[in-house]
Amino acid sequence: MPVSTTGSRAVYEALKACGVTLVPTVPETWLVQVVRLIEEDPTMTMVHLAKEEEGVGIAAGAYLSGVNAALIMQNHGLLACINPIVSLIFLYKIPLLMLISYRGDFGERDPWQTQGGLMTEPVLRALNIPYRYLSRAADAQRVVSEARALANAALHPVAVLLSRELLWED
Amino acid sequence: MLRSEALAAIYPQLEPHIVVTIMGAVAAELYALGHRPHFFYMEHSMGLASSMGLGIALSLPEEKVIVLDGDGSLLMNLGTLTTMAQHSPRNLLHVVFDNASFLSVGGYPTATAGHTDLAGIARASGIPCVMEASTIDEFKSAFTQALAGEALTTLVARVEPVGPTSFHMDLALLENRFQFKRALEARRRS
Repeated sequence: MPVSTTGSRAVYEALKACGVTLVPTVPETWLVQVVRLIEEDPTMTMVHLAKEEEGVGIAAGAYLSGVNAALIMQNHGLLACINPIVSLIFLYKIPLLMLISYRGDFGERDPWQTQGGLMTEPVLRALNIPYRYLSRAADAQRVVSEARALANAALHPVAVLLSRELLWED
Repeated sequence: MLRSEALAAIYPQLEPHIVVTIMGAVAAELYALGHRPHFFYMEHSMGLASSMGLGIALSLPEEKVIVLDGDGSLLMNLGTLTTMAQHSPRNLLHVVFDNASFLSVGGYPTATAGHTDLAGIARASGIPCVMEASTIDEFKSAFTQALAGEALTTLVARVEPVGPTSFHMDLALLENRFQFKRALEARRRS
C-alpha cells in the first residue's frame, strides 16, 4: 500500500510537537500509518470511534479538561460531523483541531471518493472554518501548530487538509 | 419511578463529582436540585453527552465522571457504547434514564417503547458492568454500587415520562461552559 511513510511520520511528529495527547479517529487507508504511530506512542491515547461525530464530543470533553486533542478523519467524516460542529463546537465556542485526509481531489482514481472531494472545501467555507492544505512533510509542524494556535485563540474549529501529495505515493 | 425523585435520591452522592447531562428535563431537574461549577448541561448536540463524558474520563483519570443520558439521546449515538467499551475507563458512570419517550419535545415514543432493550445493547457492546433499575431503592443501590466500583458502568433506569413544567435554567450556556472548564482545570492541577 503506497501510503507515504515520510508524510505519515511528519503528521505524527507535528501533533506530538504541539502537545496533542488524545486523538479520536476513524481510520482509513491514507491514515493507517499515522494511526499506528500514535497507537505505538505511550504518551498518546488513540480513541477508535464507531462514527466521527463521537470524536467531536470526545475532543470537546478533552479540551474542557485541559487536554490537547485532535480529531483525525477522512473528509467524508467531516461531512458526518457538521451537526456536532454547529451545535456543540460553535454553540459553546470550543476550539477543535481537525486533520482531514483530502480524498477525491486532483489525482483521485476512485469514483466513490469524488463527491466528498468536491464538497469538502465548499462545506468548510460555508461553515466559516479556516483551513490550509498540508502537502509537504517539511511544512507539517508549522501548519499544525499554527492551526492549533488559531483554534485556541479564536475558540473555533480549524482544519488541516492532508493532501494526496503528502500521504500517497503512486 | 419519577426521574426527579431518582435524581434527588442520588444527589448527595453525585454532587461532588463531574457531571455531564443531556438537555431538557434531566438538565432542568438537576439544576433545580442545586447547580455546581463541575456540572455541564449539554444543550443540543443530541447524543454526544456520553462522548463528552468519555473525553473527560480519559483526560482526568483520577476523577469520577457521571453522564446523565436518556433513551432518545443514546439511540442517536449507539456507537458510543462500543467506543466506551473499547476503552472502559473505570472512572466513568453512564446513567441512562429510559422513559421510552422523546419527552422534552412532546412525548413521541422512542424505540424502547417497542422491542429495543438498551441494557441488552450495552451488554452486547461490551460495557463491563451493566445494571438496571425500576424503583428508587433499586436505582439508589445500583448507583451507590457503581460509584464505589472500579468498572465502567451503564445503569439503565426506567422512569415515568414526566418532566418539569419549565425547562428554564438561570444559567447562560456559555457561562456554564467557561465555569465548567475552570472547575475541571482546577481539579487537574490539584
